[in-house]
Amino acid sequence: MTEDSAVTEGRRVRVVLVDDHRMFRTGVQAEIGETERTGVEVVGEAADVDQAVTVITATRPEVVLLDVHLPGGGGVEVLRRCAPLMAAAEHPVRFLALSVSDAAEDVIGVIRGGARGYVTKTITGADLVDSVFRVQDGDAVFSPRLAGFVLDAFASTDAPPVDEDLDRLTQREREVLRLIARGYAYKEIAKQLFISVKTVESHVSAVLRKLQLSNRHELTRWATARRLV
Amino acid sequence: MPAAAAPRTPHAPEPPSESAPQRRLYRSADGRMLGGVARGLAGHLGLPVIWVRLAFLGLLMFGDGLGVLLYAAFWVFVPLGVGGRTGHRSFFDTLDDGSRRLRKPDRGQVTALVALFAGAGIFISKVQLGGESGRYVWPTLLVGAGVVLVWRQADNARRAHWNAAAGRHGGLLQTARALAGVVLVGVGLTVFIVVRGSAAQLGNVLTATLAVLVGVALLAGPWLIRMTQDLSQERLMRIRAQERAEVAAHVHDSVLHTLTLIQRGAEDPGEVRRLARAQERELRNWLYRPEGTGKDEAEEPATLADAVKETAAEVEDHHGVPIEVVVVGDCPLDERLAAQVQAAREAMVNAAKYGGDGGPVQVYAEVEGRTVFVSVRDRGPGFDLDAVPDDRMGVRESIIGRMQRNGGTARLRSAPDGGTEVELEMERSA
Repeated sequence: MTEDSAVTEGRRVRVVLVDDHRMFRTGVQAEIGETERTGVEVVGEAADVDQAVTVITATRPEVVLLDVHLPGGGGVEVLRRCAPLMAAAEHPVRFLALSVSDAAEDVIGVIRGGARGYVTKTITGADLVDSVFRVQDGDAVFSPRLAGFVLDAFASTDAPPVDEDLDRLTQREREVLRLIARGYAYKEIAKQLFISVKTVESHVSAVLRKLQLSNRHELTRWATARRLV
Repeated sequence: MPAAAAPRTPHAPEPPSESAPQRRLYRSADGRMLGGVARGLAGHLGLPVIWVRLAFLGLLMFGDGLGVLLYAAFWVFVPLGVGGRTGHRSFFDTLDDGSRRLRKPDRGQVTALVALFAGAGIFISKVQLGGESGRYVWPTLLVGAGVVLVWRQADNARRAHWNAAAGRHGGLLQTARALAGVVLVGVGLTVFIVVRGSAAQLGNVLTATLAVLVGVALLAGPWLIRMTQDLSQERLMRIRAQERAEVAAHVHDSVLHTLTLIQRGAEDPGEVRRLARAQERELRNWLYRPEGTGKDEAEEPATLADAVKETAAEVEDHHGVPIEVVVVGDCPLDERLAAQVQAAREAMVNAAKYGGDGGPVQVYAEVEGRTVFVSVRDRGPGFDLDAVPDDRMGVRESIIGRMQRNGGTARLRSAPDGGTEVELEMERSA
């Protein structure tokens, strides 16, 4: 993802950090919050669900970095209560999930709740800044791990999908996801598949939309099965 | 579970309408006279306990014994607990003396006792003891007394959970009381049958059978209900305690150990990174691994996903280079797939050795239908296979050769923006 960071030049983005670990917030703040260098301005921080909703409503940031595990109901609850802000026609608030969690249910949960992407906390500062700008643009951000989860989720559909268009990934979308899972950056994917970076972005956004809208029952069943296997 | 539903039957004399939805009805273990039903209800409804007792007594005398039925129903279905007007603290204070009968009865209890005896007197005087129907009153009362004794015994057994010392203390007394209860019920039922002796034989047998069945149900029913309630609660608590202890032990041991090692080797960043990665992986594995798969990594991996992850972990530990693994789908490990994992291991080792500082090595494994695909990629300088001297057998033999011998294919190519990617493909045999 680092290779694409040219797009961030000269731009600014206002960010709210939601995480219950103060040390982690401080670390992220130190790494990406130098507005002069990165263009990211951290306008607020929150440590639990109530605080997060208050801060986000008050500051109306462009992007919220949201932890999956939070006291008071978790990231999903923040997303639920901020749904009107996400849907706003002007200056919508966009969420990027940022977590140490490895559990597929957690990750898929926040994505289905409306988060525009998911990255793990091991991500480098540069990549994180890049992801923030990508989300601000309305793109989706898939880490390799998330791509793996999504491929898994959409692969195991034995039952016929309720909505043919939504509950299936196209061949191209699968290819793109597979390359993300293998650690390719968008630019590398574009080169590999002989398409433009914009096309890669639109494929990824389509996958995200399908993930958020597609047959809930099917995905829930998948998540449950995962936990019980 | 009927415990919460039973007290809200329409027959209840005082519907608990004003009670908060969170509050649960318990029978009071403290300051009770019989089963603690009246005091529990009084505490739940916020009424003086004497009112509730008088209401029950009134229902007993003038409601054709409805009070008894109601009381019995409450006794069976409502769990004993910290209810009534006494709070947590005073409740445990009284438990210390072991037997609350030793305490002086308060004025309310004396009043209630007097009222109870008066009520019982009225009740007995109302039914003719000498008449044809009166012959059944005494056996019925005997059976009732026995059942009451046994049920109280069940409550005491439950109380013993909260106060182990007191439970052990009065062991003999408790047994005696339980025995007395059983004897009373037995005698009552026998008298019942003897009294019926003069009637027709068929009716005799039927009545006896019915009486015994009812007796058994009366004796065993409450016990069973209480026992299952107690058991499930106890099991839950034990599981929770065990889980907590396990987590504590694990975190304590491995994390503290690792932190100590990190402090000691703080000047060696490579070692610190290796330790931290190993600890992270272990903790992750432990926290997020699906239930029931066995959290000990001692056994051999049985599936492809486990094998790939374990291999990556070993290489990571050995070479100190982070390896990110993404696995899609899973299948059991067979001979060919084991060979594929071995080839992948070689690729990982190469990537760790020569991939250098280009970032983590990325491993991707996917099971799709019958095909298993593994890719290993690094962001190092990359290398030209043709330029590698013939005597270096690593790539040719361990990766390409091994895959071909087992019927698979291996491809080496340089990734689009630098680095090397090894792609391994294999058909499943089974």
